[in-house]
Amino acid sequence: MTTIVFIIVLVIFAANLHDAGATTMDPCLESMKTASLPDLPYAYDALEPAISEEIMRLHHQKHHQTYVTQYNKALNSLRSAMADGDHSAVVKLQSLIKFNGGGHVNHAIFWKILAPVHEGGGKPPHDPLSSAIDAHFGSLEGLIQKMNAEGASVQGSGWVWLGLDRELKRLVVETTANQDPLVTKGTHLVPLIGIDVWEHAYYPQYKNARAEYLKNIWSVINWKYAADVFEKHSRDLDTN
Amino acid sequence: MAASTAVTANYVLKPPPYALDALEPHMSKQTLEFHWGKHHRAYVDNLKKQVLGTELEGKPLDHIINKTYNNGDLLPAFNNAAQAWNHEFFWESMKPNGGGKPSGELLALLERDFTSYEKFYEEFNAAAATQFGAGWAWLAYANDKLKVVKTPNAVNPLVLGSFPLLTIDVWEHAYYLDFQNRRPDYIKTFMNNLVSWEAVSARLEAAKAASSSSA
Repeated sequence: MTTIVFIIVLVIFAANLHDAGATTMDPCLESMKTASLPDLPYAYDALEPAISEEIMRLHHQKHHQTYVTQYNKALNSLRSAMADGDHSAVVKLQSLIKFNGGGHVNHAIFWKILAPVHEGGGKPPHDPLSSAIDAHFGSLEGLIQKMNAEGASVQGSGWVWLGLDRELKRLVVETTANQDPLVTKGTHLVPLIGIDVWEHAYYPQYKNARAEYLKNIWSVINWKYAADVFEKHSRDLDTN
Repeated sequence: MAASTAVTANYVLKPPPYALDALEPHMSKQTLEFHWGKHHRAYVDNLKKQVLGTELEGKPLDHIINKTYNNGDLLPAFNNAAQAWNHEFFWESMKPNGGGKPSGELLALLERDFTSYEKFYEEFNAAAATQFGAGWAWLAYANDKLKVVKTPNAVNPLVLGSFPLLTIDVWEHAYYLDFQNRRPDYIKTFMNNLVSWEAVSARLEAAKAASSSSA
């Protein structure tokens, strides 16, 4: 009996030794932080009537949560593949990471880009962003029209963005497919406003009327976020 | 070039071969009203506008699809043309009290090319579930073999050189009203309750005939 216990203890000890061996790899990977679903900065019904409570619940608790869960799963697989030196597997995991990680990154920004009307949603941006918009697009209405047109013409799933090109020092309107973050369109692009045009973003309320959703969402766009990000980067640009 | 068999769709919004409420409770009347009545209708109407006055006007739908696919460098009319085709094909892929396991020659072929119906089911399910974003999953026929294919957005097997036999639409508009984010539940319901194996068999016969006549 004691022999068996001794063997079991030895096996456990050996297993721990193996784990101890594993911790001699790069501590960066060991302490890799997983993603987590950020809290919504407002109540689920706070963006009504532009975006319904039903959509906000599904969008945040189901869609965004799924991206987070799947992203963490993919990161875990990546960690194993890297530990094993399985480079084929590492490369193969990239599309899952891009899709789910992109989904997480994009939605984390999206919740900040929206705000209830009583917290400034829909209120036009302050300077310097306001002047930059006028300079690049003629007027805020001109920018909105352009973004709505681009957003409406995305085939399938994707996003429409107002971005700052830090290198060329100008504002751009871009679209990305699926969950590609804005940076996939240019490494110097910083998202200021992003609008989800996946059908899940509007379907329960607007059905096929994406144009209607785009028209209404501007009443809850948090221009303060965009203006603050723009100002911060403008300051950085000026000091270069 | 693979021929589009059952679907001629000369830019007409053909109604499904059943009433809009006939697929209940598996696919709601509301879904059909929007999916066929709005989405599919818009593809057809917009296609007509788009080809008006161009060299594509009056050409058969599968010709337009292949031309505008342009080897992957999509031309503007591709989305509407392919989606018009895909949706007609989709309605005809389903029937009331459908789904489940096929029999006869079709089952034999599925068992030959997938080792079992269950393996085919798994593969089709996985393709439909893992198509990122919008797209379709297909059972297709090429080189005397059945295979499962998944495609993004409006792409279909016609442009990939194979004969489509069965499809499931996995754009969110296809399932959001009935299943919200639960795409796996939608796929399961489609497989168990909606697939028209009669349609698949008929298409397979046509595909085999077309293959041998061009051999």
